[in-house]
Amino acid sequence: MHGESDAPATRLRGKDLLGIAELSREEILLILDTAVAMKEVGTRPIKKVPALRGKTVINLFFEPSTRTRTSFEIAEKRLSADSLNIAATTSSVVKGETLADTAMNLEAMAPDLLVMRHSSSGSCHFLSRICRAGIINAGDGMHEHPTQALLDAFTIREHKGRIEGLKIAILGDLLHSRVLRSNVLLLAKLGAEVWICGPPTLIPIGFERLGAHVTSSIARALDGADAIMMLRIQLERMQGGFFPSLREYFTVFGMTPERVRLARPDVIIMHPGPMNRGVEIASEVADAPNSVILDQVANGVAVRMAVLYLLAGGAEHDAIA
Amino acid sequence: MTRLLKGGRVIDPAQGLDGACDVLIENGRIAAVGRGLATGTAAVVEVPHGLVICPGFIDMHVHLREPGQEHKETIETGTAAAAAGGFTAVACMPNTAPINDNASVTRFIRDRAAESGVVRVYPIGAVTKGSKGEQLAEIGELNQAGCVAVSDDGRPVASAMMMRRALEYAGMFGMPVIDHCEEPTLKGEGVAHEGHVAAVLGLRGIPAAAEDVMVERDVVLAEAFGGRVHIAHLSTRGALRAVRAAKARGVRVTCEVTPHHLVLCDDALMGPKSYDTNLKMNPPLREAADRDALVGGLADGSVDAIATDHAPHHADEKHVEFDRAPFGIAGLETAVSLLVDRVVHAGVITLARLVELWSVNPARILQVPGGTLAVGAQADLTILAPDLAVTVTPDRFRSKARNTPFGGWTLRGGVAATIVGGRAVYVNPEAPGAGAFATE
Repeated sequence: MHGESDAPATRLRGKDLLGIAELSREEILLILDTAVAMKEVGTRPIKKVPALRGKTVINLFFEPSTRTRTSFEIAEKRLSADSLNIAATTSSVVKGETLADTAMNLEAMAPDLLVMRHSSSGSCHFLSRICRAGIINAGDGMHEHPTQALLDAFTIREHKGRIEGLKIAILGDLLHSRVLRSNVLLLAKLGAEVWICGPPTLIPIGFERLGAHVTSSIARALDGADAIMMLRIQLERMQGGFFPSLREYFTVFGMTPERVRLARPDVIIMHPGPMNRGVEIASEVADAPNSVILDQVANGVAVRMAVLYLLAGGAEHDAIA
Repeated sequence: MTRLLKGGRVIDPAQGLDGACDVLIENGRIAAVGRGLATGTAAVVEVPHGLVICPGFIDMHVHLREPGQEHKETIETGTAAAAAGGFTAVACMPNTAPINDNASVTRFIRDRAAESGVVRVYPIGAVTKGSKGEQLAEIGELNQAGCVAVSDDGRPVASAMMMRRALEYAGMFGMPVIDHCEEPTLKGEGVAHEGHVAAVLGLRGIPAAAEDVMVERDVVLAEAFGGRVHIAHLSTRGALRAVRAAKARGVRVTCEVTPHHLVLCDDALMGPKSYDTNLKMNPPLREAADRDALVGGLADGSVDAIATDHAPHHADEKHVEFDRAPFGIAGLETAVSLLVDRVVHAGVITLARLVELWSVNPARILQVPGGTLAVGAQADLTILAPDLAVTVTPDRFRSKARNTPFGGWTLRGGVAATIVGGRAVYVNPEAPGAGAFATE
């Protein structure tokens, strides 16, 4: 933790958003509060403000992504940034160029921000040491996905009015999930009680020291929960011997309407997507009135606008008016 | 040529010696050790105050990369690094390209060492052809060509049956089987010690159990089928417990630990050097409890040797994402300073015990000359400067490699000079008075 004060933050300290681990509670709140104003922009007939006019943002995606990449791209366009997308399959990475060389070449064209998704944990840290441009982590390996956790927190706050004191249950493939790591860090910093639940084969060893309650009992995880956050079960995990079959996974851990009733009556259902209906979540749950899954997607744009604005446009404060 | 080293502190555990002594060197061998030796015709070297004369340190686990990976290191640069690190001999692992699994590769290494080597080089041959674990290498021919041990280092001998055969067969030649203990399916694609740190950083874990289970297997096999097993770079408290228990039952097992596992633990991967690929090695940096157990093992005798696992890599190879970087760090030129500062000055062991760990025991395990300053022994000497202030400066390494996590560290203790066969192969210009050891 960094030296923190109680005073509200007015800017982010770093040039990058590498992970929730690097953010103070005040910085998290600043992003969430800024996102409120950004969300309003999206309700206007002309959904565009000049805040990042003249700024160049490169979205560098080494892993396939629909939701996150689209969300960043819309956020950049609503802020009037000049943005472009590079997908690994169309870049010189396939010709054997290293990440460092790719980054240095992009850097030579003086972008203000690089938004990167990459399959290697720590790749954004690596990039931040060799680039002057700010780095936004759009998901690095199994490490962090900070904007997802921020949009999740924004969504919880929108529905519950607070985060402190809430019980949040996170279920699914905990071991391989960057969404989990960012969420546990963020929710702990904002004072929630976090329970994580999955089969022991998918629970990272040593994770309890982060402050989350770890269990394989759905009943304990869901009891009195204010929010249920489902994580995607990757279909290829069966081959790794993590569980016997998708059918059995659903039998033991699938989120059914009956299980949802273990939580508080006003519980909200969340999922970062993409969903596997009938594996980790039943359609009746995903589509129920208390599901906020599509709110998460909508809020993703606002939260990413806030992050982009605070990192690239914060100095001028020329406004979103 | 005859030289008399006069007046230094001499530590030779083999002779029970630790005190002010003279050492007479004649024709590359020790001619006399004692107080007030007559000068005769010898050239006198007045040993500067504070320096300590030890039998030459032997690093029994290095990667010299030649043949085949000369962009990382060569026998010339690797042995120059060894000399600068205070080592008079190194044993080099067979995972070169081609692998040292037959006598012609061994002869190449020995020839190159004779041409360009700065210190003595003892090749280690492969256990199995291509280190693939499928068929025994020609261990008898490797032995005749000069290999002092066999190992598939970099990989374990995964099959228990193959390990049994290797122990039995290499035992016939009195050679130890050095095993890189890691159960491959438990290790999987792991890149860091499985625990809190790897969980938080999202790095795939290598559980301690992957090492423990293999060490337990190896001591059971050595107990059941004979032979001699040496555990390379032991890194977990469980593995140490297995070795200690096996020794108590009389199993012929020995083990080494590396300086980095004695000094660092996995939490170094967090904080300002997060994801530094110079902290990626195999076995990985373990937890504090493991490190503390290893340090304890130095003191209580259950650890037999310190070995660097010197693993030079080109800077480009390490300048990549963490999980794409190769395992290993350069160790030869930081090892002595790390141990003297962090273990000897910390009061864990004496300098005499350090000499056992780095000279007496490696010579005994590999059955090579050295480990003593007894009359008639090769005049291989490591001259320590235990109070020398050292700043680790990778750009000044003799090694081609710079892949160390210790750059910028300031340590107390270093090497004043390294003498092989009576000839100074390294004199540290920063050690006051060390110039006296220089030979033409």
